Amino acid sequence: MLSIKDLHARVEETTILKGLNLEIKPGEVHAIMGPNGAGKSTLGYVLSGRDGYEVESGSVEMDGKDLLDMEVEERAQAGLFLAFQYPVEIPGVSNMEFMKESVNALREARGENTLSSAEFLKKAKEACKQVELPLDFLKRGVNEGFSGGEKKRNEIMQLIMLEPKIAILDESDSGLDVDALQVVAKGVNSQRDGERSFIVVTHYQRLLDYIQPDYVHILSKGKIVKSGGPELAKEVEASGYAWLAEAEAEGADA
Amino acid sequence: MSEQIDQALARKYDAGFVSEVESETFPIGLDEDVIARLSAIKGEPEWMLEWRLKAYRTWLKMEEPDWAHVDYPKVDYQSISYYSAPKSMKDKPKSLDEVDPELLRTYEKLGIPLHEQEMLAGVAVDAVFDSVSVVTTFREKLEEAGVIFCPISEALHKYPDLVKKYLGTVVPRGDNFFAALNSAVFTDGSFVYIPKGVRCPMELSTYFRINEQNTGQFERTLIVAEEGSHVSYLEGCTAPQRDENQLHAAVVELVALDDAEIKYSTVQNWYPGDENGKGGIYNFVTKRGLCEKNAKISWTQVETGSAVTWKYPSCILKGDNSVGEFYSVALTRGRQQADTGTKMIHLGKNTKSTIISKGISAGRSNNAYRGLVRMGPGAEGARNFTECDSLLIGDQCGAHTFPYIESSNPTAIVEHEATTSKVSDDQLFLCRQRGLDPEKAVSMIVNGFCKEVFRELPMEFAVEAGKLLEISLEGSVG
Ligand SMILES: Nc1ncnc2c1ncn2[C@@H]1O[C@H](COP(=O)(O)OP(=O)(O)OP(=O)(O)O)[C@@H](O)[C@H]1O
Ligand SMILES: [Mg+2]
Repeated sequence: MLSIKDLHARVEETTILKGLNLEIKPGEVHAIMGPNGAGKSTLGYVLSGRDGYEVESGSVEMDGKDLLDMEVEERAQAGLFLAFQYPVEIPGVSNMEFMKESVNALREARGENTLSSAEFLKKAKEACKQVELPLDFLKRGVNEGFSGGEKKRNEIMQLIMLEPKIAILDESDSGLDVDALQVVAKGVNSQRDGERSFIVVTHYQRLLDYIQPDYVHILSKGKIVKSGGPELAKEVEASGYAWLAEAEAEGADA
Repeated sequence: MSEQIDQALARKYDAGFVSEVESETFPIGLDEDVIARLSAIKGEPEWMLEWRLKAYRTWLKMEEPDWAHVDYPKVDYQSISYYSAPKSMKDKPKSLDEVDPELLRTYEKLGIPLHEQEMLAGVAVDAVFDSVSVVTTFREKLEEAGVIFCPISEALHKYPDLVKKYLGTVVPRGDNFFAALNSAVFTDGSFVYIPKGVRCPMELSTYFRINEQNTGQFERTLIVAEEGSHVSYLEGCTAPQRDENQLHAAVVELVALDDAEIKYSTVQNWYPGDENGKGGIYNFVTKRGLCEKNAKISWTQVETGSAVTWKYPSCILKGDNSVGEFYSVALTRGRQQADTGTKMIHLGKNTKSTIISKGISAGRSNNAYRGLVRMGPGAEGARNFTECDSLLIGDQCGAHTFPYIESSNPTAIVEHEATTSKVSDDQLFLCRQRGLDPEKAVSMIVNGFCKEVFRELPMEFAVEAGKLLEISLEGSVG
């Protein structure tokens, strides 16, 4: 479904991703962990095509198509979704309008009918309930004055509404209280249907107790340096990333 | 993102077509004879001609103002024609069937069908084409309610006393350079009279269309709301796409007597000129309303057109407890320049005013808010709240705020808030990541920014205004 090969990418003058490989099949959940500044958010931005993030070499295919050749909105229309680490506010544009435009843009791109207001409203209310946000959040401006946790839940609500093929969750668990963490995890799990794939970026093993990953990868200095199953996340939780420096030193010796 | 904005500034202007109608147009130039001819063509009463000539003589002594934050080559007032009307209008068609079909088609193309059965239910239209009114719809229905809604040229015949009583009482003949010029040469416009206690049964609207080349449009609107009456009025404006600049210098006077309420909305979409600033309308307008006791005047404007806009719809809050409101969206792009705002003159006790101004600048345009709040010595307990927000799209445009506050009453309270923001890359990216193309994204962000103002527009027009913004923003992101 998503195939990343030897990806090198830079932001402004700095190369951040330095030969990243990742293979994701339909229905799989891949967790990505790694120290601050490793390039996790950068990966999300590069995959979604954000301006200023330039691919130097390598390839990314989604469903056999060259993802890097597409505009930001085309990637979204093709089914790529990014839940932001720091969701931005759009004052005066209600969540409802925003999602309606968005849902219909995706539907149009797929050649489907746009939803009527009534159909849309029904869907939006359900999504709201799933992430336990009061319904009046639909009327409020996008992320306008939302608390940190509310913003994260709002991202998951959008995920539920937009039904992507692959969702990248960038620290959707950071800043959440225990209950909200479960709400977010439940929301995500409700979208696991054996077809939809996920990249879950997190610093904490705890999220992975709720969202069971198929694979865990450690990203460091722009590369995946170690991959494994859920047990790898437990290791990280127990012993941190000190071993990375040692591994790197060994790598340099060899 | 700024590169993308730099790139595409090809503007689409839907209303830019020219109608093929034969017109009777005065030769260019202005003197007392021209004014006399104009007055004669309209068959005006003697006092009206006198009034015009006095205005003209005052105007001759005045200087064109240059304090606004706009820059344009001086207009040569002798190279403009001061009257142009479709020939077919000469025999004064009695009904729509007698009106030149080409004229009707013009309005249809602009989305304003003049056949009553096709019209927006509940909206009466006065359609002004160059210097004359083509048709006013729904007259009979309005007459039943005692409401007068007709071209001002006709009102001068039918209701001369009413016109004489109020004309120039809010905007005096010599008020300013453009108002004096308008007083001398105004051609048509609408007259509205709402009798005591009447709530006007429908929205009234006037649609101004400039068609002829080298003509100026000088319309004059007068709205009188008697005690306890209520009216909502909307004006719309477009002009063909031409390389020459054209002048539009209107005067609008509103009189709201005790307990009356006038809501005046404008959707202005005059041709703005091309991306290099060639052509476009100079829009120099004086709009002012007078509020008696407990009266309320509310100005709402959505300004997306014109090469240069100079416009300050104002309220004189003379009566105690009267209320003035100004809600404005001004969008400039390309090389457009707008200097717009309001004046709230508080004279009476406990008078209240609210100013919400939203300026959006894109391209290489300049957008200035200029507002005066004056608290007179008698304005006990008066209050003003001003919010002035600017939104920048790209980094070659300018936004400026010039608030003037004058208070001669210590009990009066004036509040002013101002913000400047940009359409951020983060916001654009979020929208695009959710599948919206960049233009849709920008127009949605801008619409959100304008929400407080759009809310004030009559329903049908709020939708129109949103669409207009969308069209105006087309090509402002790459
Ligand atoms: N515009 C930029 N210019 C230069 N360097 C940048 C820019 N944006 C990001 N970086 C750098 O790229 C590196 C990777 O950043 P990124 O946000 O991808 O890290 P991360 O793995 O998501 O970290 P965190 O766990 O803290 O979220 C960091 O060192 C960061 O400072
Ligand atoms: Mg990050």
